[in-house]
Amino acid sequence: MTIPSAFIVPARLVHLSAVDVVIIVFYFALVLAIGFYLRGRANTGEDFFMAGREMTAWVAGLSFLSANLGALELMGWAGSAYQYGILATHWYWIGAIPAMLFLALVMMPFYYISKTHSVPGYLKLRFGEPARAVSAVSFAFMTVLMSGVNMFAMAKVMQIVLGWDINFSIWVSSITVAIYVALGGLRSAIFNEVLQFFLIWAGALLIPILGLYEAGGWSNLKVQIAQRASDQYVHLWSGLGSFTDNPMGINWIGIVFGLAAVISMGYWTTDFLVVQRILAAKDIRSAEMAPIIGAGFKMFVPLIVILPGLLGLAVLPMKLVPESVAAVTGAHSYNDVLPLMLARYCGPGLLGLGITALIAGFMSGMAGNVSAFTTVWTYDIYRPLINSKGTDHHYVNMGRWTTVIGVLISVGTAYLVMQFASIMDYVQALFSFFIAPLFGTVILGMLWKRATGPGGFWGLLCGTVSSVSMWAWVKADPSALRYVALSPHAKALAQDMFQALWSFLVCVVVTVVVSLATKPKTDAELTGLVYGLTPVPSVGSIPVYQKPIFWAGVVGVVFFVLNIYFW
Amino acid sequence: MVSIWFFIGLSLLVNGVLIFGAGLYELWNPPAHPTVELFNLHASVWWGALMTVIGAWYCYHFKPGQKKAG
Repeated sequence: MTIPSAFIVPARLVHLSAVDVVIIVFYFALVLAIGFYLRGRANTGEDFFMAGREMTAWVAGLSFLSANLGALELMGWAGSAYQYGILATHWYWIGAIPAMLFLALVMMPFYYISKTHSVPGYLKLRFGEPARAVSAVSFAFMTVLMSGVNMFAMAKVMQIVLGWDINFSIWVSSITVAIYVALGGLRSAIFNEVLQFFLIWAGALLIPILGLYEAGGWSNLKVQIAQRASDQYVHLWSGLGSFTDNPMGINWIGIVFGLAAVISMGYWTTDFLVVQRILAAKDIRSAEMAPIIGAGFKMFVPLIVILPGLLGLAVLPMKLVPESVAAVTGAHSYNDVLPLMLARYCGPGLLGLGITALIAGFMSGMAGNVSAFTTVWTYDIYRPLINSKGTDHHYVNMGRWTTVIGVLISVGTAYLVMQFASIMDYVQALFSFFIAPLFGTVILGMLWKRATGPGGFWGLLCGTVSSVSMWAWVKADPSALRYVALSPHAKALAQDMFQALWSFLVCVVVTVVVSLATKPKTDAELTGLVYGLTPVPSVGSIPVYQKPIFWAGVVGVVFFVLNIYFW
Repeated sequence: MVSIWFFIGLSLLVNGVLIFGAGLYELWNPPAHPTVELFNLHASVWWGALMTVIGAWYCYHFKPGQKKAG
């Protein structure tokens, strides 16, 4: 048997001192303590699956962001910043902020007043059981697989950075997550995500502060990057006129229409992993404010993700290489840039906090996946398709057991990935297949009353099949990328953007055509589900500075200014 | 119910004290060959102190028994 490339690793990056170990152990003790403390407040379905729908805007908003701020995200995009420069920031700004504001102001009122438990639950109300079944089964399946992939990635990082045994990392982290989510349900997951959010910032913010000090400020950093890489590594938009003018091999059409208009909208508005946090808000104003608060913080995440990658380009003495090269040569890969920067600046204590930030990131992502899986399995698969006559207590017990089983499936997936590393690429690609078409189905359902059940079902199915087909086509014949991305110069990331754009359009066209050929629902049936037929509840008579629209405007202005400044 | 903000304060406070203590130890017993860049800035001392102050404020402001639940 050959050794998987994942196990050919360089010597550990850092050595922990006693105080570092104490900080890490304290973190595990605290998250478990929160789980045990909250176990008495998760006795009903509303408590366990929806956190009692009593979260404030701040708690829901930070949890919403934290569920997305996994360590794979932190390390992967820091590595992308080293590889592609500041272009990676598009995934945090235009690839997130407009979608989060759209969710807050346009879509959230419908999710919230329909009192659905999940996004598949909304599809059931709007399009009927078949659309929900397609969405729920695909989401549940992909969520536990993604959780397993993340778990393996974490264990691998801990092996590379700390020299920890891979089995130890997998089992300690998964058992911890299983305990605190099974005990306290979504409330426990949310509380820990907010805690993890603070730890991530406390542990990671020193790197850009000290890095900028060492580089001599932003202006000097730009000069050093231009000397060591290219001037295009520090421009956000000016190199996007053509595929060949930027290190990413993409153009502005892919970024604006593929990333911002489809992928980002799909992820932030229909991925139940993040939307579930907002559904737990205590009232309509909190539900609208939560994504806006999340967007406000999201704009500054590049400080702790992108900037360390850029600083790595300027100050690290060694040259980082792609993962495939690192696996053979034992050199450091792009994805190691964040731990390398951590080791560069952080001594005893701070190093423990930085490692805790990475572990917290992994665990918040894993807990997010597991709690979303538990809800979708119980409410959208088990209850409608297997046992519709259970008591509330029965479904809560089902939720607790599903949490444990979901974690065990994730562990199984992690070991599967360990044996067949290429599965990781397939799983990540599979996840992207569902996002764009699902957004097409949900947005048409909310904004167009003529959309029918059969239209929604066939649109979702055809959009997903078209996405899979394009991916398989390029996999079988890489030169086909020139047709999918409309250019022979397009690179891998451009494929994702254009694939999403086309599958969204297929979904919309099929939904419209089938809807026009089938019988629509009456207006009375669509009340509470479709724009124009639903009295959107007011946030009440409050001062302008407390209104969601005001803060959305503030975030929008800052977003615009940042894009101009880094043009 | 204990506020989430209290747990966050507790985490910042305990970690802040540990980091501040480790920083002071290194300040008074500097290693012959520091393993980190910019050791002279003693980031552990001021970052640990900052975390301690913020954590203490959160713990006090959201201590159990008050009405502000998160």
